[in-house]
Amino acid sequence: MMKVAEGSYAIADSVKCCSPDVVSVYPITPQTHIVEHISKFVSNGELDCEYINVESEFSSLSALIGACAAGARTYTSTTSQGLALMFEVLYNVSGMRMPIVMTTVNRSLSAPLSIWNDQQDSLGVRDAGWIQLYAENVQEAMDMTPQLYKISEDPEILTPSMSCMDGFILTHVYEPVEFLDVEKVKEYLPPYRPDVILDPANPKTFGAFADPSWFTEFKYIQYQSMNRALKKIEDAAKEFEELFGRNYGGLIDTYRADDAEILLVTMGSIIGTIKDTIDELREGGVKVGLVKVRSYRPFPVEALKKALKDANVIAVIEKDVSMGFQPSLLTDLKGAFYNSTVSVPIIGFTVGLGGRDVPKRQIKKVVEKASKVKDSGIEDEFEIFAVNPECID
Amino acid sequence: MQESLFAPGHRACAGCGMPTAIKLVLDAAGPNTIVASPTGCLEVTSTPYPESSWKVPWIHSLFENAAAVASGVEAALKKFGKTDTNLLVIGGDGSTFDIGMGCISGMFDRNHNVTYVCYDNEAYMNTGVQMSGSTPFCASTTTTPIGKESLGNPGRKKDMPAIAVAHHIPYVATASIAYPADLRRKVRKSLDIKGSAYIQINAPCITGWSYADGTTIEQSRLVVETCLWPLYEYVNGQLTEVKKVRRKKPVEEYLKLQGRYKHIFRTEDGADIVAQIQAIADANAEKFGLLD
Amino acid sequence: MSKCQISMVVEPGSTEVTKTGAWRTFVPIVDHDKCIKCSLCEIYCPDSCIHQIDYNFVPDLDYCKGCGICSHECPRGAIEMVLEDK
Repeated sequence: MMKVAEGSYAIADSVKCCSPDVVSVYPITPQTHIVEHISKFVSNGELDCEYINVESEFSSLSALIGACAAGARTYTSTTSQGLALMFEVLYNVSGMRMPIVMTTVNRSLSAPLSIWNDQQDSLGVRDAGWIQLYAENVQEAMDMTPQLYKISEDPEILTPSMSCMDGFILTHVYEPVEFLDVEKVKEYLPPYRPDVILDPANPKTFGAFADPSWFTEFKYIQYQSMNRALKKIEDAAKEFEELFGRNYGGLIDTYRADDAEILLVTMGSIIGTIKDTIDELREGGVKVGLVKVRSYRPFPVEALKKALKDANVIAVIEKDVSMGFQPSLLTDLKGAFYNSTVSVPIIGFTVGLGGRDVPKRQIKKVVEKASKVKDSGIEDEFEIFAVNPECID
Repeated sequence: MQESLFAPGHRACAGCGMPTAIKLVLDAAGPNTIVASPTGCLEVTSTPYPESSWKVPWIHSLFENAAAVASGVEAALKKFGKTDTNLLVIGGDGSTFDIGMGCISGMFDRNHNVTYVCYDNEAYMNTGVQMSGSTPFCASTTTTPIGKESLGNPGRKKDMPAIAVAHHIPYVATASIAYPADLRRKVRKSLDIKGSAYIQINAPCITGWSYADGTTIEQSRLVVETCLWPLYEYVNGQLTEVKKVRRKKPVEEYLKLQGRYKHIFRTEDGADIVAQIQAIADANAEKFGLLD
Repeated sequence: MSKCQISMVVEPGSTEVTKTGAWRTFVPIVDHDKCIKCSLCEIYCPDSCIHQIDYNFVPDLDYCKGCGICSHECPRGAIEMVLEDK
């Protein structure tokens, strides 16, 4: 059913459709609306789950480890400082192969304190062993919830996952969205039935410590599972499309990329602005297109090679910065192509930090800079874009 | 006595007080029990992959989150209608008094049906005897060592049972491995009462405290007899049961047996320090009515 | 699925494969005539390795670390710690 709804409400509803057994909750802007809506569902009897108001984000994820080990399907949501507080728990969850699903609402990290959007938080934990999918709009973020459960809970995968959506931009926006049919979700997503759980009838030990003779193998097995997720993410998206008629790309998606000379690469809600910008530029004869990275981890190397190999220049646009070098998406992409036959020049731009608006004219400036590379070569491989000129030395 | 639910072959030091505590706790709880433990001596000595001493379901996550993990287990079991399973956290004083305080406070505040058992060996023993919030006044540890400028731990032992009582949980108790029947009774009582419970067990550490071989139980008995470790129960915030001390012993008799206190008897401030520690014991005797 | 047998989950009671009796310097010797079968040795043993077999309390030398608690706590002095010949 199509309704205009707040992004957070739509996400909460998609979680409700997946019937989690245990939800843990801690407030932090701008994800709080999601858990407030879930709380209303529980108090109205619309969602039968145990809802724990914990005392910190550290505990919210920790509680889900216990619940998941006891056989429950689990959910929580967080952002920024909360995600950072969970840092060691993230590694623990993935190492313990718990298929927990979490919404990470993207928000910048203090200091300075900012409640507004960028992607520093989730990109900063890319090595924690979680699957990371980035949503372009509210509909996609909604559709991602059942897909992530399906992927994470697969016995061949057993890897936790986070659905990343830009804070305020997607959480607080009101958009028309197609709400998920709960019966169709039940058809798409089987109940969570793990082989081994905490059960006095069949006692097992979870979380033994591993000395150097064992540790590497644990990580190797995890690594292989994450690699298997590449195919699973594509399959989950296709199966979703068969039932619901929508597909936003599995690992990646493209927009007007086939004959593009300049290809922009990005993740998240900025795609909406970029698509409009591309349409305007195309009218002016500029052959520009977009490759959207939907799955950041696992990183879709082969899919990206295929999509980007024929461009004259690639311009990466992202909302994070790595002090001392270049940001995540840029360095991962360059790294992915370095030893390959793809020899397209790649430049990168950090935009929108701390919630700064990224208007079409800024995208156009990026395209303009990219267009010079073919003839003049790379002037600046990476730039933090649109800095107040008074600040620049 | 039934076969222990805590198997031998664990790597605890010879003469460690902790495994005796664990054995007694599990014996009282029985096989229909799930345990969460934080990182520490217990976790490390009982679960070196691929081995485990635990014959009940057991989970270890991180150093400070055992109470949160247990909260999640409880929620899941509630959702599945399995509310008759006993839930325990069993962790050391480092995790309980310090780094895990936040998670414990949350669990107590929400009154999850979990008994939190702290085996208290009065320092971070697993990492090599560093001071914790539980380390008593003037005890020597590697981070409160004695020296020209120092007489050991300058601070006092945190009153963790009082913190538990302040959370309005239905049951709080102290115990000692030297009083096994009392310990078992308290564990069973805590599991019968619905809601959170906290039990703090005195568990001497031969490596960290430095005392004569074989005297582990004696150390725990003596600390009770000096009134430094009062044995009591709070039910719904009221002090209900107290184990009287028939023959109160001076604290000196306890302190002089342990290497972590030996400096007290070699310093000119020694008498003053003993007097301060005696005052703590006397205050306990008064507060809890330990003497007839 | 990987053929490696490593699993996050460990079997219960599996520390029994490690015979900590090898740590021992002193071994407990029980005088069954002096023993009054109070079972305090079994209650206090940190390694769950003294058991009543038939009528007598018998140390399990596979696991006994020789800590001496049983000997020290025995109310009748029925257990002696003896330097072990290895």
